[in-house]
Amino acid sequence: MSTSYELTHLGALEAESIHIIREAVAECERPVLLFSGGKDSAVVLRLAVKAFHPARLPFPVMHVDTGHNFPEVIEFRDRTIEALGADLIVASVQEAIDEGRVVEETGPRASRNRLQIEALVGAIEKYQFDAVFGGARRDEEKARAKERVFSFRDEFSQWDPKNQRPELWNIYNARHRRGEHVRVFPISNWTEMDVYQYVMEEEIALPGVYFSHRRRVFERDGMLMAESPFIPLMDGEAVFEASVRFRTVGDMTCTGAFESTASTVEEIIDEVAATRITERGASRADDRTAEAAMEDRKREGYF
Amino acid sequence: MTSLVADPKSMELVRLATTGSVDDGKSTLIGRLLYDSKQIFQDQLDAIEEASRRRGTDYVDLALLTDGLRAEREQGITIDVAYRYFSTPKRKFVLADTPGHIQYTRNMVTGASTADIALILVDARHGVLEQTRRHSFLASLLQVPHLVLCVNKMDLVDWSEDRYDEIVADFRQFASRLAIHDLRFVPVSALLGDNVVDESANMPWYSGPSVLHLLEDIHVGSDRNLIDCRFPVQYVIRPHTLESQDYRGYAGTISGGVWKRGDQVVVLPSGFESTIESIDTYDGPMEEAVPPMAVTMRLSDDLDISRGDMICRPNNRPHAGQDIDAMVCWMAEAPTLRPGMKLGVKHTTRWARAVVRDLQYRLDINTLHREEGAAALALNEIGRVSLRTTQPLFYDDYRRNRETGSFILVDEGSQNTVGAGMIVGPTES
Ligand SMILES: Nc1nc2c(ncn2[C@@H]2O[C@H](COP(=O)(O)OP(=O)(O)O)[C@@H](O)[C@H]2O)c(=O)[nH]1
Repeated sequence: MSTSYELTHLGALEAESIHIIREAVAECERPVLLFSGGKDSAVVLRLAVKAFHPARLPFPVMHVDTGHNFPEVIEFRDRTIEALGADLIVASVQEAIDEGRVVEETGPRASRNRLQIEALVGAIEKYQFDAVFGGARRDEEKARAKERVFSFRDEFSQWDPKNQRPELWNIYNARHRRGEHVRVFPISNWTEMDVYQYVMEEEIALPGVYFSHRRRVFERDGMLMAESPFIPLMDGEAVFEASVRFRTVGDMTCTGAFESTASTVEEIIDEVAATRITERGASRADDRTAEAAMEDRKREGYF
Repeated sequence: MTSLVADPKSMELVRLATTGSVDDGKSTLIGRLLYDSKQIFQDQLDAIEEASRRRGTDYVDLALLTDGLRAEREQGITIDVAYRYFSTPKRKFVLADTPGHIQYTRNMVTGASTADIALILVDARHGVLEQTRRHSFLASLLQVPHLVLCVNKMDLVDWSEDRYDEIVADFRQFASRLAIHDLRFVPVSALLGDNVVDESANMPWYSGPSVLHLLEDIHVGSDRNLIDCRFPVQYVIRPHTLESQDYRGYAGTISGGVWKRGDQVVVLPSGFESTIESIDTYDGPMEEAVPPMAVTMRLSDDLDISRGDMICRPNNRPHAGQDIDAMVCWMAEAPTLRPGMKLGVKHTTRWARAVVRDLQYRLDINTLHREEGAAALALNEIGRVSLRTTQPLFYDDYRRNRETGSFILVDEGSQNTVGAGMIVGPTES
């Protein structure tokens, strides 16, 4: 038998993800893809493009915008979406605040991370999306390890970990009642390493914050935070310049950087292989609060 | 530096399912596989050290690594399928970690449905138990191609070769009644690490590979069905753009066979024949395509084809019919499966409705005894069921093809998945 019949692990993962994306689009009426500008959503976007090629993306792309973004990420978002000719919806946390739907946290540790939930849920209701693609992976965090690929949400967008649908073979059940929706995670089975290897193989562009660059930062809770108008400094915190990069992109108030000289995807892969800290541990200030923090937020409708 | 990273061009994806009775040491084994293959990061280790301390354990409990949701942490048990990932330079493993506790059947069936290899644990002190037989039966029912029995806690039986041989012989005898194609045994101590990743110095009488080496070497590529061409149409691609106005492609995942441009095909249910014009992907057309690739086929003729249709070869067709016998695993507390009940059924990419015509027998999964005359299947029960569907399905026997031989049953009220079916064949009248 010819060896060309063997798929590489990336080939097998890609095939699985494309199958998932097509299945969700075939079974749901109003899908949408969440795009943060980060590497995971960039990969999901590429997979979605592949799934329907040569047709255009049969659904819009949505960014949940905290208003506390890295400017280069927003630029990257707009460039990427425009090149695809896709529709972009921006679900704005600022708008939710202005309309009084949520109340902004205050103080030096204020973050809009939790407020994203309301902006997201509000947009899902407004546009009546019934399938929401996300870039979450099961290797990221313990609570995610048990989440289904098609993860069902009730009319309050809540996730019930005790009441998940069994998921067998590659047969996915996307059926839902009115007002309910499914979160669909096409790269559930990918690891951080898989994502970077795929980014390299497919030459997927990423925002500059992923690569080593000079930046003014200060130290907080053992992480380097970018200097920005959104985070007031606390006593004893001092800004200095360093060569850093980020492992995730999100709200500037809760995304940490670390010192790195990796300036290409290849160098990032080497760094990821050598590193002894998980992605979330390295860069999500909000996850460190409690061992069960993620699970609590997911129940409320977080990504 | 690049030596740290495996060459992604030569790595293979392998899916595992692990199971064992409570306390056989499954979590410890998985924790050790992750730990010794360096998949555990410092912050995760810190977290479990901290958790171990809080619980008053005096060593770092690697089992805590695989302990997911809060409720489970509180109860101290694992109760749902959890997925873990680890890799070696040769392979990336997706591990479905299924509990041996309540709802074990439903969870194990779920985890085993996609597995290439099932890892089953026994405690060397207790040997083959009822649960071991049940787990093995489920692995064979789900047609997991390779089964590895890990005889754990060898340290507690003085690393005894006799004890190991006894368990192996006992298991072999039982397994001869099952359809297990490839059966392996490894004596291990998950707690101490013997034969998990590194070979054991305590058991010189065992010359076989460690669990990890076994997992790296078992050949899984030929487990796919490369004979029967099956392509369930998933989505019809019609771009409506200026460049590709006339494009009409059938997107889907190959469920069987080797496909080439120019092949004669037939589309079911219409029965129209055509030839493959091209097998397209974003990265360009393919000379040949095999399972489980996701591709888009174009045919030479303009046919009316939609989602749920099946493309195959004219001289090798699946069964087509509405009266189907299957082994069904019931996965819902309420309702129970009873004759006369109506359900949604999803088979490949096709939805239909089905009525349960008969429950031929319920299977006692510990003794494999067939209980005829059972009135219903309750949660976690398995039985042979005759269904009549509203539309024909295009199916193969599950033993021949896991993709075209399986289906799920869906409650029409809640829309929940309530059953999993493995097709035996057409109902005999
Ligand atoms: N002596 C010994 N104890 C073990 C071994 N493997 C697991 N254990 C212990 O057996 C108990 C149950 O293990 P655990 O991994 O939680 O079992 P699970 O319920 O199958 O996940 C724990 O106290 C482990 O430390 C082993 O190889 N030798």
